[in-house]
Amino acid sequence: MKVNRRTVLKGSLAGASVGVGIPLLDCFLNANGTALANGAALPPIFGTWFQSLGFTPGRWRPDAIGRDYESKAEMKPLDAFKARMNLISGCQYFMDGRPVETHITGVQIGSTGAIPVGVISAPSIDDIVAGMIGARTRFRSLEVSLTGNRESASRRAGSASNSPSEPSPAALYARIFGPEFRDPNALAFEPDVRVMARRSVLSAVSDARRDFSKALGASDRTRLEEYFTSIRQLEQQLELDLQKPAPLEYCARPGTPAEGVVGPVTDDVARNATLFGGLIANAVACDQTRVFNLMMGQAGNVRQAGSIENWHGWTHEEPIDPQAGYQVIVAWYSTWAAQVFADFLTELDKRKEGSGSVLDRAVVLWQTDHGIARSHTMDNLPIIAVGSAGGRLKTGMHINTPGDPSTRVGLTLQQALGVPAGTWGALSNATSKTMTEILA
Amino acid sequence: MFHRSLRSRFAAGGALVLIIVGGSAALVPQKPEAAALVPAAHAPGPATVRRLSADQYRNIIHDVFGRSLDLGGYFEPDLRISGLLAVGSGKVGITPAGMEQYDAMARSIAGQVADEDHRAQMIPCAPKSADAADDACAGAFLARVGRLLYRRPLSEDQLEAYVDAAAIAARTTGDFYQGIEFSLAAMLSSPQFLFREARTVPARGSVHVLDAYAKASQLSFFLWNSGPDLLLLEAAAKGVLDRPRGLSREVDRMMESPRLEAGLRAFFTDNFGFDKITSLTKDAAIFPEFSAQVAEDAQEQTLRTILDVVLTRNADYREIFTTKKTFLTQQLGSIYRVPAISDAPNGAPDTWQEYEFAADDPRAGILTHISFTALHSPAGRGSPTLRGKALREIMMCQPVPPPPGDVPFNIINDTSNPLYRTARKRLAAHAANPVCAGCHKITDPIGLALETFDGQGKFRTTENRETLDTSGTLDGVAYQDAAGLARAVRDNPATTTCIVNRLSAYALGRATAPGEKAWVAHLQKAFADGGYRATTLMRAIAVSREFYTVSPPALEQSASAPASTGETR
Repeated sequence: MKVNRRTVLKGSLAGASVGVGIPLLDCFLNANGTALANGAALPPIFGTWFQSLGFTPGRWRPDAIGRDYESKAEMKPLDAFKARMNLISGCQYFMDGRPVETHITGVQIGSTGAIPVGVISAPSIDDIVAGMIGARTRFRSLEVSLTGNRESASRRAGSASNSPSEPSPAALYARIFGPEFRDPNALAFEPDVRVMARRSVLSAVSDARRDFSKALGASDRTRLEEYFTSIRQLEQQLELDLQKPAPLEYCARPGTPAEGVVGPVTDDVARNATLFGGLIANAVACDQTRVFNLMMGQAGNVRQAGSIENWHGWTHEEPIDPQAGYQVIVAWYSTWAAQVFADFLTELDKRKEGSGSVLDRAVVLWQTDHGIARSHTMDNLPIIAVGSAGGRLKTGMHINTPGDPSTRVGLTLQQALGVPAGTWGALSNATSKTMTEILA
Repeated sequence: MFHRSLRSRFAAGGALVLIIVGGSAALVPQKPEAAALVPAAHAPGPATVRRLSADQYRNIIHDVFGRSLDLGGYFEPDLRISGLLAVGSGKVGITPAGMEQYDAMARSIAGQVADEDHRAQMIPCAPKSADAADDACAGAFLARVGRLLYRRPLSEDQLEAYVDAAAIAARTTGDFYQGIEFSLAAMLSSPQFLFREARTVPARGSVHVLDAYAKASQLSFFLWNSGPDLLLLEAAAKGVLDRPRGLSREVDRMMESPRLEAGLRAFFTDNFGFDKITSLTKDAAIFPEFSAQVAEDAQEQTLRTILDVVLTRNADYREIFTTKKTFLTQQLGSIYRVPAISDAPNGAPDTWQEYEFAADDPRAGILTHISFTALHSPAGRGSPTLRGKALREIMMCQPVPPPPGDVPFNIINDTSNPLYRTARKRLAAHAANPVCAGCHKITDPIGLALETFDGQGKFRTTENRETLDTSGTLDGVAYQDAAGLARAVRDNPATTTCIVNRLSAYALGRATAPGEKAWVAHLQKAFADGGYRATTLMRAIAVSREFYTVSPPALEQSASAPASTGETR
């Protein structure tokens, strides 16, 4: 029996009655696979890449503004993507009189647009975007750590801690493509009886779970709300598992990635970044997620095998080379990291969907914690946004906006992805100034 | 003033006397409200709703279902606040990615409980038919485990919901045991299990007290790092914990139990930041002897050393800083360069040997252990600054501020200077800058005393061929080497104040409130009067009413149900 749109729409497949929720029909691809059956484009994808320690002064910001700029040394690895990305220079993290927690405050402002007051912070940008585009996929977002720890820069609204990050490609594979993965292109679909049982049990105990101590402070209530939000997401996953997924022409379950070393050593980081790129590209092509977050070493714990210092240590302890005029080892790390990022992007781009690729419908926001790592400066930040989010953004430009809050970039991307936000950030990091020059 | 003196009289005449009287005194019936009376000067902080730690989760599962169960999955990262994960546990929630893991673990555990190998042992009854629902049998099982997992009896509605859930799942799958499995899995992923519910009741004097079952949990997590056992739940049900003598008797029973070790281990593991040991790695090219096994053994070595002092010998807590006695494995022996010969049968892994460092050995106390020197060093070298900071923050509760932004590193980076060959010289150059000097002054001198231990904790006398100078002062007390530093730490008043603050915050799941000052002072005194025995301090906390007394929940907060999930985005 050939499976096509019509057989599915008729609700009859291999003798089993299959309930197809109307929203899933939106996901149908047209004949050439580049757009949905109803003519809409494939959904946009949002990714973040947070990398400590930035670039070396004088070695990344192009001299020319606008298009057709010449890349400086540490940006050269990204030349293959130059026409498909925007480089924003000159932005700043504003402290508003708060002390700089080095390598922490920058991550907070970059990801949430604000310095948290107390334990609970504002949600991170990926959470805001996931609220728009990630709600109907199996994973609202995927968090990945490139250096072995479980930290991410992603934080849900109302949460006291950042979401945990997956450091192992093999474990991420199992999570996405393990036994619970329902291949959208599989011919037969039989709802799993055990999943049905789990789904009914969750409903049956729903009220009993709410029977929790009522005498709670505001922050404890927020924490319980976070718990119930997480449970709701679990229920949604089960609901999706019980529906025949819409066929996705370019979805294919990848092979299991080879076991490798997980940790902060450069060769392992580079290898795992490529593996993660492939897994995420496939997860996107199979519509398992539309939002992903990568974290490379919150305090620069990346190091070369056999080196007594890590990257962060070198930023403070390596003398400036008198001939070169900069820290040579640190510059090597920045250039290496740009190459790792480029290799990750290449994996997204290799996953073709008709005439386009996963990267084409994505925008990946690259941010860092300090302008100059050596002296922990908070201005002249490099920010990179790769991809046009399916044509929602104009690309290929170097934009220089000295003294503007970094949040301008995040706000613009949110708007491009359909978030109805007029402003983003808090206090001096707040902005309502969209970068109209890159909005398509 | 009046209140304060009343408070201290209460402290001396109340809780302390109880220690002496113990369980031998006759039980005098008292009203629970009277037992809950706390002097007016005591203004307690709020009740805390703590997320179970990974170890607490594991301990409860093992207590309820036996040790043969495999958990699978991993736990959400913890959050350290005020130096303790136990305090962070009162602030963290459960993220969707974390919930996926809790759900996977719950299903794995429930699957094992209901599988053919275990069901006869775990489920106290057989269903009328294995392929249909049986409410009576399911109810008997769920009520029994529910009471242990929720640390209180399930309400009628709760039990009914779980029995219904088992019936629905049994009908869907055509299997009674799968019904049990899914209902139990749901219980294991419920907030009542994953969080420590702190139900309270109003008491006299505008404060609240934990209800009997919350008291039982407060006690058992503190002393055993696990949920209450059946005896403790029974005591709670009978109101025994609401009476000072009854409480005291239960505390005695629990402190005499071998499970007290788990409680002490949990506290010291948390306090010393050993959660970072599992991810501790050293560069294999520089420190080839260091391995994940060494790291694991190093933590265990220190815990065994501490337990020997505070539990086995019930000696002065401060001895942990100076004791020459420790426990080693062969793996550790290679870094300590002492022969740790295993007398275990061939092939038996990792047996522990008692070992006494010689009087003139540079090693003395836990600060010279690998678990301290290597844990507070980067991958390729030692760090006086990190070690000094850890000593100040962990052992003495003196927070060291983070480095300022825009630090000029031009002194170190000045290429016309020759390379500084020792850390002391590098740091001296750095600390010549007044911006940096303030903090480095409080970390580096003490950290430099430990420079004779390299990045993996191995003893050395030189760095880059230059002899190391380990002399210095701690708050005015001079020393020549690590052993001298250890003595100075032992004798520093901050060391004992710190452990009292930490243990009370650990027990409460939050930093003590300003209104609890008098209680902390009482604990300090009890600790000193008892010869600085950790068990005395634990007992003083466990039997004090303040441990169970909380501020009343704010009015507007008590009205509404905790959560609504109707709208999730």
